Amino acid sequence: MTDVRDDPDTPDRASVDLHRRRLLLAGAAGIVSTAGAAIAIHDGELGGPSETIRGEMPWAPGSADSPPAASGSEYKYFKPTEVVFIEAAVGRLIPDDAVGPGAVQAGVPFFLDRQLDGPYGRGDHFYLGGPWAKGTPQQGYQSRFNPAQLYRAAIEAIDRYVAAQFSGSSFAKLKPDYQDTVLKGLESDRIALDGGVDAKMFFDMLLQNTKEGYFSDPIYGGNKDMGAWKMIGFPGAHYDYLEWVDRHGEPVPYPPVSFKGRRGWREVEQ
Amino acid sequence: MSKTLKPVDVVLVGFGWTGAIMGQQLCDAGLEVLAFERGPWRDTPSDFATGFAQDELRYMWRHHLFQNLTYDTLTIRNKVSEEALPMRRLGSFLLGTGVGSGGVHWNAQIWRFLPTDFLTKSHNEKRYGKKAVTDGDLTVQDWGITYEELEPYYTQFDLLCGTSGKAGNLNGKIQPGGNPFEGPRSMEFPTPPMKQTYGPTLFGKAAAELGRHPFPHPTGNLSQPYTNPLGAQLGACTYCGFCEKFGCGNYSKASPQTTVLPYLLRKQNFTLKTECEVLKVELTPDRKRATGVTYVNSAGEEFFQPADIVILSAYVLHNVRLLLLSGIGVPYDPKTGEGVVGKNYAYQTMSSVNVFFDDKLINPFIGAGALATVIDDFNGDNFDHGGLGFIGGAYIAGMITGGRPIEMIYTPEGTPNWGLQWKHAAAKNYLRSFNFSIHGSSMSTRGNYLSLDPTYRDVHGRPMLRMTFDFSENDLKMSDYLTDRAAEVARAMNPREIKLNRRSRPWSVTPYQTTHNTGGAIMGVSPKDSVINKYLQVWDVPNVFSMGAGAFPQNAGYNPTATLAALAYQSAHEMVTRYLKQPGPLVQA
Repeated sequence: MTDVRDDPDTPDRASVDLHRRRLLLAGAAGIVSTAGAAIAIHDGELGGPSETIRGEMPWAPGSADSPPAASGSEYKYFKPTEVVFIEAAVGRLIPDDAVGPGAVQAGVPFFLDRQLDGPYGRGDHFYLGGPWAKGTPQQGYQSRFNPAQLYRAAIEAIDRYVAAQFSGSSFAKLKPDYQDTVLKGLESDRIALDGGVDAKMFFDMLLQNTKEGYFSDPIYGGNKDMGAWKMIGFPGAHYDYLEWVDRHGEPVPYPPVSFKGRRGWREVEQ
Repeated sequence: MSKTLKPVDVVLVGFGWTGAIMGQQLCDAGLEVLAFERGPWRDTPSDFATGFAQDELRYMWRHHLFQNLTYDTLTIRNKVSEEALPMRRLGSFLLGTGVGSGGVHWNAQIWRFLPTDFLTKSHNEKRYGKKAVTDGDLTVQDWGITYEELEPYYTQFDLLCGTSGKAGNLNGKIQPGGNPFEGPRSMEFPTPPMKQTYGPTLFGKAAAELGRHPFPHPTGNLSQPYTNPLGAQLGACTYCGFCEKFGCGNYSKASPQTTVLPYLLRKQNFTLKTECEVLKVELTPDRKRATGVTYVNSAGEEFFQPADIVILSAYVLHNVRLLLLSGIGVPYDPKTGEGVVGKNYAYQTMSSVNVFFDDKLINPFIGAGALATVIDDFNGDNFDHGGLGFIGGAYIAGMITGGRPIEMIYTPEGTPNWGLQWKHAAAKNYLRSFNFSIHGSSMSTRGNYLSLDPTYRDVHGRPMLRMTFDFSENDLKMSDYLTDRAAEVARAMNPREIKLNRRSRPWSVTPYQTTHNTGGAIMGVSPKDSVINKYLQVWDVPNVFSMGAGAFPQNAGYNPTATLAALAYQSAHEMVTRYLKQPGPLVQA
């Protein structure tokens, strides 16, 4: 018996039924080794075949929508000159000291590289169609660039700005105080960049993505050794705090845990 | 052209909360029901298992369960004189998609509106004068329904969800421990309230000292196991702190998946088609009757699906757009005030207060979607608005939905957003701070409305919806007054410091506020000023019903889900007991 049945009166019978799709994907996850191939289909979002569900709850074993963990160690998206910029910039956004790791020490540049190399970098979930206008600040992101394109264009434009202002230097070579001055200029929109880059829009994205890399689960390549979680006292991916609910004001002694450090975690090959 | 398929009794357009409720009710009445959902199938073990559900990056910031704007978005502007531009990135509100839709990633804050909330125009006019309901271009209306009529259906939704809470008014008798301002309930909550953690407990003590009336937030994060009338079983919440924007892996949060689908999907007269998008409701040449819907599957093939009844059960914004695209009802024109479809779009006026302690460990990661102690003293017309210059109000909640660190690290006034100073403030305050949510009403105005965009189109070539919205003078006054009342409670807790996050205009699409969009397909007593009657039936096309918060003529200071669910149950009841026997208008215009 199949738990999903195509309705004979509808044209959807040409589509793969859900049960079979999930089994195929579960198998594919084990044998497809090219990066992203299995993940791209198996992401629980739009773009799958239409399905007709009738008479049963569809479910198949081995079909969990596991998160797309980062893999490898070499940079894939950033060029060497861009790595130098990114390390310098995120190192100012979250500097290192005895209180907790800096963004560089936490692996944020690698996290950003994997994000920009993947669906986020390509503008997955963004609407990027034209026509394009600058709009009001309240209308939010209005760039025609996807995030990967915006990073590339912005890094070039910022280094051109720095070269013009600081006699041929680059952002990474500036002293930290001057780097902060440039970053504040981007944040407040006091610096105008060429190349079609909205300075504040880029700064806001860089800061947001930096905090994402700093505080997200280490499977995505940042938050190395859960250092950012240890710094603030967030226990991570625990799912049961029942016994602590009425122990008001007591320290919760759990060390942080990431997805990979949990029972039952199964890594999906990419 | 499109191929015509075998007729069904009922088509549901969209399969979230209202789709699931209507499907269950109408299948139980013996009708052949076909539901369309443009997103994918989703279930608890496959899509948000406890092994990976607590993933802030993927679900909140990469929008894994939300509508993908690449395929469909809307355009936005603050006022008619501006050019509307596409919402290119989700921010202010997080639209759902897929089976269960927003019902999967909501907080499960289950509120009933106040009896006077259904009489916004007549009640406030009587108590405060005509100008109170018209000044500042307010266009508030009565709903055409009373709390008393809706009460049995609110109770039906509570029984479905197993709502945890404490009644404050049982059949007119005020009960200790509950909300004394609420409308009378016909029965106690199905399950007792959640236990409160430290922050909400401190809030409750401080509020009581000020003479307010604190009570535990009513919630669909269940305090104990529960089996609902459909036989679906829910478990006790484990306070993991990942509700809003996340699916629950623990079967502890009421959702279509945990309360309706295990029952409904086994029925032989119910069919669900996923990844199929309805493009248009088709009408007879005289436009007085719907003949069915045209939909497209993911292969791009178009079909005509005939149906006797068409129920729009998608999100507010999609229902309104479908009405406009299908030529149902007269579009609203803000210049003349004529027309009804798109009229009275409203939102929610949110503000907050952050509270910082030196000596108290709040442990904000122990949280749940509706884990809060609340005061309702300043909501709706629970207080005298005389001389205040506004109508409406808000609940104030000392609330801990979780301590997700990318989104929810609070830093004191004057802290920069980055650099060592920010990092030190984050490290110092994360465990010792929390947030009050001030959940304000949104009164409709003449200039806030929904229409079709003249420029931008979706992947199918259809005009996008255009939203014109800004906060009204009335609502900003209300929000300031309420934020001050919240600050009093915060100060009474003797914290090291507090920070007020007031609401100001213009409305911006970027920072998250809330996914409580309302209006545009409003209910009322006459086709002259509303799209649907009190049973959610379209005045102009009586075999089309429009569900959801689009029916709200303005938005109250509460989360909308229980009210839109109650309206759906009532609509189903009238359909089964009256409409099926004699199809036609359920209310004479």
